[in-house]
Amino acid sequence: MSDLTELTLAGARDALATKKISALELAAAQISDIEKARGLNAFITETPEKALAMAAQSDLRIARGEAGPLEGIPLGIKDLYCTDGVQTTAGSHILEGFTPAYESTVSANLWRDGAVMLGKLNLDEFAMGSSNETSYFGPVISPWRRKDSDKPLVPGGSSGGSAAAVAARLCFGATATDTGGSIRQPAAFTGTVGIKPTYGRCSRWGIVAFASSLDQAGPIARTVRDAAILLRSMAGHDPKDTTSADLPAPDYEAAVGRSIKGMKIGIPKEYRLDGMSPEIEKLWAQGVQWLIDAGASPVEISLPNTRHALPAYYIVAPAEASSNLARYDGVRYGLRAPGKDIADMYENTRAAGFGKEVRRRIMIGTYVLSAGYYDAYYVRAQQIRTLIKRDFETAFAAGVDAILTPATPSAAFGIGEKGSADPVEMYLNDIFTVTVNMAGLPGVAVPAGLSSEGLPLGLQVIGRAFDEETLFAVAEVIEQAAPKIQLPPKWWA
Amino acid sequence: MSVDQATVRRIAHLARIKVSDDDVPHLQDELNAILRFVEELGAVDVAGVEPMTSVLPMPMKKRLDAVTDGSIADKIIANAPESEDHFFKVPKVVE
Repeated sequence: MSDLTELTLAGARDALATKKISALELAAAQISDIEKARGLNAFITETPEKALAMAAQSDLRIARGEAGPLEGIPLGIKDLYCTDGVQTTAGSHILEGFTPAYESTVSANLWRDGAVMLGKLNLDEFAMGSSNETSYFGPVISPWRRKDSDKPLVPGGSSGGSAAAVAARLCFGATATDTGGSIRQPAAFTGTVGIKPTYGRCSRWGIVAFASSLDQAGPIARTVRDAAILLRSMAGHDPKDTTSADLPAPDYEAAVGRSIKGMKIGIPKEYRLDGMSPEIEKLWAQGVQWLIDAGASPVEISLPNTRHALPAYYIVAPAEASSNLARYDGVRYGLRAPGKDIADMYENTRAAGFGKEVRRRIMIGTYVLSAGYYDAYYVRAQQIRTLIKRDFETAFAAGVDAILTPATPSAAFGIGEKGSADPVEMYLNDIFTVTVNMAGLPGVAVPAGLSSEGLPLGLQVIGRAFDEETLFAVAEVIEQAAPKIQLPPKWWA
Repeated sequence: MSVDQATVRRIAHLARIKVSDDDVPHLQDELNAILRFVEELGAVDVAGVEPMTSVLPMPMKKRLDAVTDGSIADKIIANAPESEDHFFKVPKVVE
């Protein structure tokens, strides 16, 4: 085969199963592409020796007829997932050099099924960001560029390394995490498919915690089918995470291609924002038409508390983060900066180890949880969260099968273009995705077209809790109907 | 609500993050920008609404109160910035 890395994950899987290619060839091809693509800064740690050793094992299992569902498939792992014996940084100076002695449940599930690890992918520090610019290890450069421009663009965030690596064909799929949009926004920015499953669908054990009631693991992949294949392996009950749902992972791939005839698709009127870009509005209308053409019927729905979701998120998520990140104190792991006594050591360590955005969020979280403000901010935000969830429940109870919205308010922007003066400017990236985390629901971003500047734009499908199968069916209809996204030429190689 | 500079210093201390005098004014601006952003929530009618405690209705699972792991002290201190004989070392805390 001429260019192995142009295959989809499903295509590579089938070629491996029929022995047209070997796992070793596939891993070697990816390793060489990753070396040439270092300018994108998608990887924090490359693990070529590990990849080749795992691929050799895969070839043995394929020869013995013992291949797993992902046997020999090279993947990238977001550097928020702890990997046994491989540095795990969360994109932060405070964890630089941290080498876990254990493996996260989700990555362990992927290795159980035969996947091959290429390395650890760059991300916003502690997954706090929408552009991958807050990483201590430097920003990721998107493989995409505007028409007739070589200005570097962001791949989105926080799973920017995952999205960029998949779009640049540096891996066949990647793990990611999503707390307010960190899978779906970078997928939309890079013309890839990203699904945030229902809260509880994937174990959070061994994934560095940001906001525990919102964090959820999921894949970023080249196609809807590839995402379905990956999610099946990643998902499943884990006794080590008490919030992991005690449900078997369905065969998601079987839902890809399922008819959506007769489905009711909710179109929430509150997502039609004042000053919304006409391009996004057009894309959304086009998406509705594709679903009508496939036999579904759109219904206007109301999710009246939508506008409160982002402000409420910026209370709940920092509050949980301030508590989760209290553990980085220079004692058990990571960086230590000396001080005149223990409190001084803590303060110096955390000032030196955390970047600006992380310090800001810890401080906001500390403030909203502090005596006298807890009820006014935190309890109120959790009450609003109940209202947001109720909005979705009302829509689903009225017979809506899935909800269609834009994934992001714009296409990717340039490095350094947003949020330097006002942090809220960056936060607005998550306006369409964050409600889904607040309600614990599944959401998928699927490429649907290109902007006038030639950059990918995505649509989002939101579903009922634990009904990712409907999302895959609807997303596949959009993927099939949308103009094929030509991934960018390899200018970086 | 907005924070003054004394409050910024107090929050930083509660969060155990050292801030320099130069940091305080811009931190104050940034925190106030976020607080202004969330201010509209004060106008939402939340009377009688239960605060969310679990995003999906699931009973808290509890495992047996039994030892499931142990004897891995080497692994536990392996990433410590300073350790001695399976203990984490910290600056002196008791005079």
